[in-house]
Amino acid sequence: MSEFTASNQAEAGNVAGDASRYYVTEHHPENGTLLGFWMYLMSDCLIFACLFATYAVLGRNYAGGPSGAELFDLPLVALNTAFLLFSSITYGFAMLAAHRKAVKNALLWLAVTGLLGACFLGLEIYEFMHLIHEGAGPARSGFLTSFFALVGTHGLHVTFGIVWLVTLMVQVGKHGMTVENLRRLTCLSMFWHFLDVIWIGVFTFVYLMGTLP
Amino acid sequence: MLDQLDLTKLIFGRLTWEAIPYHEPILLATFAMVAIGGLALLAVLTKFKLWGPLWNNWFTSIDHKKIGIMYMILGLVMLMRGFADALMMRAQQAFSFGDANGFLPPHHYDQVFTAHGVIMIFFVAMPLITGLMNYVVPLQIGARDVAFPFLNNFSFWMTAFGAVLVMASLFVGEFARTGWLAYPPLSGILASPDVGVDYYIWSLQIAGVGTLLSGVNLLVTIVKMRAPGMDMMKMPIFTWTALCTNILIVAAFPVLTAVLAMLGMDRLLGTHFFTSELGGNAMMYVNLIWIWGHPEVYILILPCFGIFSEVVSTFSSKRLFGYSSMVYATLVITILSYLVWLHHFFTMGSGASVNSFFGITTMIISIPTGAKIFNWLFTMYHGKIRYELPMMWTVAFMVTFTVGGMTGVMLAVPPADFVLHNSLFLIAHFHNVIIGGVLFGLFAGINYWFPKAFGYKLDSFWGKVSFWLWVVGFWTAFTPGYILGFMGVTRRMSHFEDLSIQWLFQISLVGTLMIAGGIGAMLIQFVVSFMRRKQLRDVTGDPWDGRTLEWATSSPPPDYNFAFTPRVHDNDTWADMKKMKYARPSTGFQAIHMPKNTWAGIVIAGISGIVGFAIIWQMWLLVIVSFIALIGTIIAHTFNYKRDYYIPAEQVAATELAHTRLLESHV
Amino acid sequence: MSDHSTHHGHDHGHDAGAPHGSLKDYTIGFVLSVILTAIPFWLVMAKVLPSNWTGYILLAFAGVQVVVHMIYFLHMSTKAEHGWSMMTMIFTLIVLVIMMAGSIWVMYHMNANMMPGMDTDAVHGTHDMP
Repeated sequence: MSEFTASNQAEAGNVAGDASRYYVTEHHPENGTLLGFWMYLMSDCLIFACLFATYAVLGRNYAGGPSGAELFDLPLVALNTAFLLFSSITYGFAMLAAHRKAVKNALLWLAVTGLLGACFLGLEIYEFMHLIHEGAGPARSGFLTSFFALVGTHGLHVTFGIVWLVTLMVQVGKHGMTVENLRRLTCLSMFWHFLDVIWIGVFTFVYLMGTLP
Repeated sequence: MLDQLDLTKLIFGRLTWEAIPYHEPILLATFAMVAIGGLALLAVLTKFKLWGPLWNNWFTSIDHKKIGIMYMILGLVMLMRGFADALMMRAQQAFSFGDANGFLPPHHYDQVFTAHGVIMIFFVAMPLITGLMNYVVPLQIGARDVAFPFLNNFSFWMTAFGAVLVMASLFVGEFARTGWLAYPPLSGILASPDVGVDYYIWSLQIAGVGTLLSGVNLLVTIVKMRAPGMDMMKMPIFTWTALCTNILIVAAFPVLTAVLAMLGMDRLLGTHFFTSELGGNAMMYVNLIWIWGHPEVYILILPCFGIFSEVVSTFSSKRLFGYSSMVYATLVITILSYLVWLHHFFTMGSGASVNSFFGITTMIISIPTGAKIFNWLFTMYHGKIRYELPMMWTVAFMVTFTVGGMTGVMLAVPPADFVLHNSLFLIAHFHNVIIGGVLFGLFAGINYWFPKAFGYKLDSFWGKVSFWLWVVGFWTAFTPGYILGFMGVTRRMSHFEDLSIQWLFQISLVGTLMIAGGIGAMLIQFVVSFMRRKQLRDVTGDPWDGRTLEWATSSPPPDYNFAFTPRVHDNDTWADMKKMKYARPSTGFQAIHMPKNTWAGIVIAGISGIVGFAIIWQMWLLVIVSFIALIGTIIAHTFNYKRDYYIPAEQVAATELAHTRLLESHV
Repeated sequence: MSDHSTHHGHDHGHDAGAPHGSLKDYTIGFVLSVILTAIPFWLVMAKVLPSNWTGYILLAFAGVQVVVHMIYFLHMSTKAEHGWSMMTMIFTLIVLVIMMAGSIWVMYHMNANMMPGMDTDAVHGTHDMP
């Protein structure tokens, strides 16, 4: 059994000196939010991996319907890729401003990022509506199902990112560039760049390689 | 146009009065019991004015200890439901031969075996291991809480509301009839147009979010919040297994989320992921779900390996043998668990080359587990062994799990598996490892750490009754399964024609009744222990002469766990501190920074449950409204920046000095 | 506990040396990404090379661009979070590769053995649905 007694304490001599071998007077564990969010992003990456794997397996199941080569509008996709890539660098500028505590500048670049994101989404929705109108909706074939799922999930993530971005803009406007807000902006930064990384996979694997015979 | 809108359809979707099972006597009887029991509980809570404390001290608590206890309660309650399903199946199979048809028609029987699997894995085993990891890990690493206390509360409620949805399917609508993994095309919209599979999908999606977030939480906790001096190779072995378990959770649960979402899309939107026509591929579902499913079973067993390591070491009064090799074995199991998944569907037709690869990897993965068994045995060798209940459960595990593991290696041989796949041999195998490994481990853990959580030990007599009924009951219930499996009997059958094998099913029923006795004895154990808590009380905080830091605190620990963060010098930190005659500090206490309780977790999870229910019943108006409420509540919660408070130094001092005095007066 | 925002003198602003970029980093990353995007699009749209060559080159460019994003936009390094960021990423990558390669390999065999009459390499045209 455990042995603490007053006599032990006396025997141990200087309590503070001896006890300090076994405890720390002031301890602040490092903040874990950024690492935690990064780990969440890795799990999100695996959701996309699942969708990519499904696309890899079902991506040529045209079921007598249209194929990627027939459907994909590559100039449109290039434009969308540009929107997203530019939004990545504008978010970068926002983060640089945030670290300088330049609130107005940061908000400006965040707004530009949000706008570019909205353009990306708008174009994507237009593309989807066009495909559905042509009879090439997600219920048409295994290929189209996996296409809409993968690209659509990415678009959903961008949507949530924009909602988050607007919320953060309000919060930064309200409370300024506090430690907490900077941390939140850093998390959104990771999220936003991660979405661009996924898009690299999407435009390469789905659109470009899907156009190849 | 407006008069064309069917308002009833918009509000109620496909929910009608027909959804309530008026014509099913078993369900009506169950409902009556639940209603009476539930009303009794509500009456007690109201009479003793417990609603306030329940909400303020438990439901909104972000304390990992309270959340851990709530997970355990959830798991144990759901064990009753899952076991009731098991009892019904055994009873049906013991009697339904030839002209006798038993009492469960196939339509009902199919829901019973599906619910049994889903509940036992997702709402018994997962909550129980999550509860233990939640309670113990922060204490073992010398931390005050987990990394994200609010998220912890939220994760619990997501799991709880997932369980609520499954339970709701009993009385409103029905459950899936597809087996616990819901393979398409049976689970697709054509073969299962009713709500059952939708209940399955949404309860698991909601619970899955909780589990994933809890995985991230514990990972960051272990990485970031260890006490100074606690390097990775000085962590308690339970913390190591918790680390690997949570790595598996974070890496595997996204796959489940994605696959169930795809199945949901097939059912709701008419997509062709897993359909039989227009380019779908049902085999892809099986492939993906087992990429999740195999790591899942390692998620279940690894924490239990950790529990056994702690128990063997403590009750042999010896340092764990081969700590490094235990760590490496756990890491190897973690990686290898991603390379074996196809052994669950050898018979689906991938051919010899693929089957051979996965058969070999499956055999390889048994090796590190074997190494662990030897390490436990070597720890016991020349140790001063005390056969308290946790140690008894551990010995039972070693025998039971080893046999179960061996039958697993038999199944790993593809040609053998072609005969044994989906037979009762398979059922016997996985119950052997899950009951022998996971459940016995959980019982060992519960008996081991109960005194820490509640300040008194569990009654030993009723614990032993429970133990023997469980062990003998398990072997009686499942040995017939091995025999029947070899004879070719298939799983999930509600009726048989061959009367010559009925006696084996009857033996199985007897075994199940013994297990029922074991569960009953465990419940009695809890009640008796509570009534005898004064005699069973432990004031030292260290009733077993433990070796790790959780035993350095009082039982139960104060809210803040440690007044001063410990400094670690060696493995088995607490054993080291006791050996060096550590003295408790008497001065220098400081105010402690703590997170506040919050309503946000239960509310957001509750709204998620409503969203799930609404989608299941296609109540589109409610879906839209509740989804907006969900997003709105989440955003509103992020506007709360004031989430903490301080425990004043005087209060800390008072608590600590009171405990020191208690210890001194009890020696 | 995760929130120390109201705190005393400690600077928690740069948690665990949370890396952040410079204007130079973002610019380099951007320019590289533009190049690594434009070339693949050009290769496909102008049909410059035979298609199987193009496929491999596309994958290679994508891989490189992902690394560019990781380094210049996400500030990935072995120092971030004491190496845990890198470790979690590598582990995720391993699982991702196993999942994708494994699924493709398994499903290719499943389709070959279990879906007779389905010519999975066909580009267009109707199929004999079994």
